[in-house]
Amino acid sequence: MRAGLLGSAIMNFDFSDDQKLLKEQVRKFLADKCPTKVVRRVLDGNETHADDVWKGLVDLGVPGLGIAEEYGGSGLSPLEVCVVAEEIGRAAAPVPFDTSVVLATEALKLAGSDAQKKKWLTDLASGKAIGTLAIAEGPQPPKPRNVRTMFGGGRVNGKKVPVTDGEAATFAIVLANTGGAGDRALSLVLVDLKQAAVSKKRVDTIDPARKHAELTFKDASAELLGGEGEGWQLLERLYDAAAVYFAFAQVGGAEAAMWMARDYALQRQAFGRAIGSYQAIKHKLADCYVKLELARSNAYYGAMMLTEGGADLAVAAAAARIAATEAYDFAAKENIQTHGGIGFTWEADTQFHYRRSRLMALSIGGPMAWKDKLVTRLEQKNAA
Amino acid sequence: MDFNDTPEEAAFRKEVRTWLDANATHKSDDKQSFRARNDDPELLKKAKAWQDKKAKAGYARITWPKEFGGRGASPILQVIYQQEEANFLVPLGFFDIGLGMCIPTMMAYAKPEQLARYVKPALHGQEVWCQLFSEPAAGSDVAGIRTKAEKDGDGWVINGQKVWTSGAHYCDYGIVITRTDPNVPKHAGLTMFFLDMKTPGVEVRPIKQISGGANFNEVFFTDVRIPDSQRLGKVGEGWKAALTTLMNERLAVGLPSGGLDIDELMELARDTDLEDGPAIRNQQVRGKIAEWYVQQQGLKLTRYRTLTALSKGQTPGPESSIIKIVAAPKMQDMGAFAMELMGHAGIMKEDVPHAAGFQAQWIGGAGFRIAGGTDEILRNIVAERVLGLPADIRVDKDIPFSQLGKK
Repeated sequence: MRAGLLGSAIMNFDFSDDQKLLKEQVRKFLADKCPTKVVRRVLDGNETHADDVWKGLVDLGVPGLGIAEEYGGSGLSPLEVCVVAEEIGRAAAPVPFDTSVVLATEALKLAGSDAQKKKWLTDLASGKAIGTLAIAEGPQPPKPRNVRTMFGGGRVNGKKVPVTDGEAATFAIVLANTGGAGDRALSLVLVDLKQAAVSKKRVDTIDPARKHAELTFKDASAELLGGEGEGWQLLERLYDAAAVYFAFAQVGGAEAAMWMARDYALQRQAFGRAIGSYQAIKHKLADCYVKLELARSNAYYGAMMLTEGGADLAVAAAAARIAATEAYDFAAKENIQTHGGIGFTWEADTQFHYRRSRLMALSIGGPMAWKDKLVTRLEQKNAA
Repeated sequence: MDFNDTPEEAAFRKEVRTWLDANATHKSDDKQSFRARNDDPELLKKAKAWQDKKAKAGYARITWPKEFGGRGASPILQVIYQQEEANFLVPLGFFDIGLGMCIPTMMAYAKPEQLARYVKPALHGQEVWCQLFSEPAAGSDVAGIRTKAEKDGDGWVINGQKVWTSGAHYCDYGIVITRTDPNVPKHAGLTMFFLDMKTPGVEVRPIKQISGGANFNEVFFTDVRIPDSQRLGKVGEGWKAALTTLMNERLAVGLPSGGLDIDELMELARDTDLEDGPAIRNQQVRGKIAEWYVQQQGLKLTRYRTLTALSKGQTPGPESSIIKIVAAPKMQDMGAFAMELMGHAGIMKEDVPHAAGFQAQWIGGAGFRIAGGTDEILRNIVAERVLGLPADIRVDKDIPFSQLGKK
């Protein structure tokens, strides 16, 4: 009986005990090795990412969770990657998880040839490689008619900015123009970043705890990932999978920001009592919880569709993305508001989630674009 | 993760389906409903007959102990029954308060011979019960009630007024919370009773709502005499009894069902021609549709998480506390927005497709945001019980009720 969404079945709409155990393990590891002072260290410093934390995650097998055993991974389902994503988000961990474990890994699984998978997925699983995705070229959102990075004859030329983890990454999956017509103008190409024809320059962003770079390619050697002219469609499918993993990270971040605000509201006194006893604060934090639970439920369904390869993935992923972005944005900003002046200082930890929530809201397309996509997909579903 | 029944659940579902097929009419579509107006006496008659049939087959209260006509089964089987019943055109809604709140309170406090007298007729729909709690001066702060009960010989005399009493106009019995001691702080001076709604001195006046319906009432008590044997719990412990009642209210897992939703809103947006083309192509309209879809889906999926916990025999988490906070304003706002799409004609009750349905949501939403816990009280509950924030300051906590508001 698969009419579950019509309300005619009970179900097992939760993670398994093993998945919860994995989540707990990663949570403990991050609480121990990646407290907020590590986020601050990266934010204030020069390192490209918290390599100590990243190496620990590699030792735990995190990069290989969703990679097949033949490439040295654990061959687990997307559900395992989702529970880990939530913990990465909760810690606002300054590690290349969304870029390497989510975007680069998923792109290879989606479009890689056997040879590409063998090389790169193996290196990703072992922690030897860090991958990223290079899409944007400055202020205009990329689309088939405005991508100027060119690929032809095994060479790529152009400039991508901003690229998350561009400095730490050893390879990038780059959206490039291959000269086709309309939507078929674009292709994904895989570029080894350890070559002289690639130059990297750090760019300042609103979230210095995740370093970003400008990548310049001058006749850099590259190869197609997936078919020529398929880049735009592949990117859309990649973003659907990424939307689900991002949603879990955003849920984790939203929950952390909510509890940070709650803890402060219990401790801070004003007019003779804890500010958390005033309804203006109580109701604001209750709203954080409401948005968080809506996001969590939508994220669970996205994870389920991703795991099953369900036909409803396109709609579920968009819904998960919209709900999670809303929940994280709201919790992060109201966390600062609950803290008052101290929350606006460089010293306060409130900034980590405020910054990260905006970065995550924008890096695979903002809420406005996803809402439009969701309605398009609902129209298609209704027409079918 | 999967959306499948366990073998035991599947077997029960099959049994229920077979029974419903043999005893009720399948809905022609899932928006069809019998619920529209429950102030219709004909409908009540049909509902009583259906309730009796259900009770005889053992489906009326699946979680109740066998001695009271239940099956002593897990809540998940109750949910399965309700899911299946929702596909059939049967009159519902008359017995929820009685069986969901009043009778469980009776089970906690009444004497065995009283239970032997009252439970079965309630279960079989022969006697309907109401809950007499709210008063004109005591809504969210229900412990502030003023209806008084005074000891007189071996009985009590009740005087006062209740309000918003759903179904009182067709109910046979009710549980009533009263003030028996005004000289102690408000929570300490309450006592609970049950009574026959035909007792001399009880007068029920239906209240016409802004929706035009009249589902709830004012109930006046003028020198109403009842024996002490109708007391539920000890004198002065009415608040504790009231909490038992309200706790049972919260166990009811459910979403408002039926009514128009995203599909109809999208249909309307497709058919509406705005200045720049069909409304469905307008980015503002698309943004709204997306937001409400995410909420609607989020509520449905949140309910699935609760059901999953029940199915595993666990206590559900607090996630279901968000449901009414989201559903009620969504209902109101979406109704208002749909009416706006129709332009000036959105106010018309005739000749405009879907207008009546969306108007009903806009009107009904205003009431739904208040009934059974206002938006504000529910946020307090989330803040206090889920997030562990302090309770509101209660300036009346240590003051005798009779001294409140006096300097």
